[in-house]
Amino acid sequence: MTITLSEAESRLVMARHGIAVSPYVVGPTTNDVMTSMAAEPEVTYPLVAKLCGRAIAHKTERGLVRLRINDEASLREACDELLHMARPDDGEVQLLVSTMVAGNRELIAGLTNNPQFGLVVMLGVGGILAEAVADVSFRLGPISSADADEMIDDLSSQALLGQFRGEPAVDRVSLSQTLLALCDVGRNEPGLVSADINPLIIVDGVPVAVDALIEIDSGPSETMGSIQ
Amino acid sequence: MTRDLSPLFDPKGIIITGVSSHPGKFGFVTLHNLLAAGYEGEIFPVGRESGEVLGRHVYGSIDEVPDGAADMVFICTPQRFNEDLLRAAAGKGVTAAFFAAAGYREAGADGEQAERRLVALANELGVALAGPNGQGVVSTPSSMCAQIVAPYAPVGRIAIASQSGNFVSSFLNMAHHTGVGVSRAVAAGNAAVLGIVDYLEWFTDDPATSVSLIYMESVDDGRAMFERIRPLAERKPIVVVKGGSSAAGARAAASHTGALASDDKIFDGMCRQAGLIRARDVEEGFEVAATLATQPIPQGNRTVVVTSVGGWGVAAVDAMADTSLTAVPLPPDLFDAIDSMLPPRWSKSNPIDMAGGETRDTVPAILELVASHPDVDSIVFLGLGIQSNTAAMMRSGPFYPDFGLERIVGFHERQDARYAEAVAEISDRTGTPIVVATELANTQPDNPGPAAMRAAGKMCHASAGRAVRSLEMLTRRGAWLRSRGIGG
Repeated sequence: MTITLSEAESRLVMARHGIAVSPYVVGPTTNDVMTSMAAEPEVTYPLVAKLCGRAIAHKTERGLVRLRINDEASLREACDELLHMARPDDGEVQLLVSTMVAGNRELIAGLTNNPQFGLVVMLGVGGILAEAVADVSFRLGPISSADADEMIDDLSSQALLGQFRGEPAVDRVSLSQTLLALCDVGRNEPGLVSADINPLIIVDGVPVAVDALIEIDSGPSETMGSIQ
Repeated sequence: MTRDLSPLFDPKGIIITGVSSHPGKFGFVTLHNLLAAGYEGEIFPVGRESGEVLGRHVYGSIDEVPDGAADMVFICTPQRFNEDLLRAAAGKGVTAAFFAAAGYREAGADGEQAERRLVALANELGVALAGPNGQGVVSTPSSMCAQIVAPYAPVGRIAIASQSGNFVSSFLNMAHHTGVGVSRAVAAGNAAVLGIVDYLEWFTDDPATSVSLIYMESVDDGRAMFERIRPLAERKPIVVVKGGSSAAGARAAASHTGALASDDKIFDGMCRQAGLIRARDVEEGFEVAATLATQPIPQGNRTVVVTSVGGWGVAAVDAMADTSLTAVPLPPDLFDAIDSMLPPRWSKSNPIDMAGGETRDTVPAILELVASHPDVDSIVFLGLGIQSNTAAMMRSGPFYPDFGLERIVGFHERQDARYAEAVAEISDRTGTPIVVATELANTQPDNPGPAAMRAAGKMCHASAGRAVRSLEMLTRRGAWLRSRGIGG
C-alpha cells in the first residue's frame, strides 16, 4: 500500500540527498517548537508555520499553513491554533516552522513512477498555476548532468530563469544538481512512488525546497516498477 | 543482439505466395511491383493456376522451388494456408518472411490465436518474421519493391520503418517529390515478432543507410525502448514521428508530478534524452530526415540568411525566433568582403539581402564566403528559382523566342541551376549546411532551381519556415552529440 510521508519526513529525505530545504524545526507541541527555535539560529523571521502529518496531503486547502509570522507571540498563537485544527483521522501530527524564504520565482521538481517508462524526473514552472501552465520537462531516471542541463533548456519560460524583478539569474548548476539529487532519492528510497518539491523557490538565484511530499509503497508483497 | 535482417532486405531470391492472373490480387501486384522495380534476384511465384503470370512461370507448390534458391518468402495468401506455406518455404532454405496477409491479431480472437501460432512457428523454424498485416518492404540496394501497394523509391540513404503502412507510402511519395531517396522501407504491420526497434538496430548497422525515419503510435515498454534506442542514436540520427500524441495520458494523482506526467510529455523527454529527433508531423519527419541525409551537421547555432528578396529573409528570421538558431551579426571581414561585391543598397546585415544586386557570379561567391567563414555554422539560402520563374513566363508568352528572349531565358535558367549546384558543392566541401527554400519546389517543380537541387540529391524546402525547422533539428543533433562528447 502507498503511504505518504509527512512534510517533515519528506524534507529529511531531500536534505539527506543534498537538496537545499528552507531552514526549519519540527515539534509535537508549541513549547517544543519554541525550544528548538532557540537552538536553530538559521530559522529566522518571518516564519511559516504548518501542521503536517502522513495523513495530511493538502495543507493549504485545509488552512493548515500560516504565512508571514513576524514575532514570538504570533508564532505561539499560530502553533496553538494549528494544533487545535487537527482532526482525529489525521493521526500523528507535528508542527513544522520554517523560515519564509523570499523569491518571486517558483519552480516544481519531482519524480513519478510511470507504468511505461519507470521512474521519471520532472522540472517545471511551479506555483498555483503549475498544472494549468504545464511548462514541464521530463527525463527517464537516472539522468546525466547533460540531461539535467537540457531539461532546464527545455522550459518555455526561459525569461523566468534569467535576471528577474531585481533577482539574479537562476544558478543553472545548482538547479541541475537539484535534479540529479532528486534522481538519487529515487534510486535510494526503496518503493518510491512519487516525490514532489513544490514549490522550489529561487532564493538569490539558488533553488530552495519549501515543501516536499514523498509517496512510498510499503506493501510487503508489492513488486515495484524499475527504479534505477 | 541485432537480428540479421539481410534476407529480408537483400534476399537473393523471393518466393511469392498467392500469385494469380487477376491483376487486382495482392500476389499479382507484388509480382508486378518486383518486376517493375527491376529486382535483381530470382523470383518464384507460387499459385494455384498453372501457366504464366506477367511472363513468369507460376509454380504449383513451394515444393517445386529449387532448394536454397530463395531466402525470403512474401506471403499474401489467406491466413489458414500460411503456416503450411511458411514451413514449406523454410524447408527450401527461406530465413525471412514478409507477411502481407491479414486475418491475425487485428481480426479478433481467432486471429490472435493464429498470430500466436505463427510466432511460435517462425521461432521454431528460425525465420525472421515481418508483419503480418503489413504492406511490404522496399530496398533500393537490391532494387526490390516487395509491396502490395506503390510506390517504389529513388535510391538514397534514408531507412524507414513504420507502424502504419500508408505512411511508408507517404514517405516514399515525398522521396519521389524531393528527389531525396531511400535505402530501405518496411511496414511493421502487427509487429508480431519484428518491431520498430529491431528494424532500427539493423538500419544502424546498415552501410546503405545514414539516417533512420520511424513512424510509431504505440509504445509497449517505453523503458526497454529507451535503453535499446539510446546507443543507436549515438551512431546514426533517428527521426521519429509519433501518432496519437494528443491522447490525454495524465492520471489523477496525489502528486503534482504525476498529474503533470502525460505520456506524451514523457515520450518527448525520452526522445531528447535518447537523442531521437522528434518531428511534429509526417511531412516534417521526412524533411528533417532528408536534410540529415544530405547535409553536414552544423558545429553550432550561428546562422546566416542569404536571400535575393527581403520578405523571405524576414520570414526566415521570424521562424528562427522559437529555435536555438541565432541570426549572428556579420563578422567585419565577412561584411567587407560582401560589401565589395554588392551595390550599396544591400541590407548590410544578416539577413544578407542582395536586393537584386547580384550579377552572374555573385550568389555562388557569397555562399562560398559565408560557408567558409569560421564564425558561421549554417546558412539559409532563399530566392532560388526566381530568375527561372521570370524566364518561364517569357518562354510561354507570345514573344518567345524573339526580341532576345531566347538568350535571356537560357541565361536565367542556367543561373538557377548553377546556384543549386553551388549549394550542393559548397555545403559538401565546407561542412557548413546550406538549407534552401522556395515555394517553387511545390508550385513549379520543373523550375531549373528546384530541379537541379533534386538532381543533386539535396532537399529543397517549400518555405523558409520549414527549412529553418529542419536546420534547427540538425543543429540540435550537433549539440546533443557534442554535449555527450560524441563528436559531431
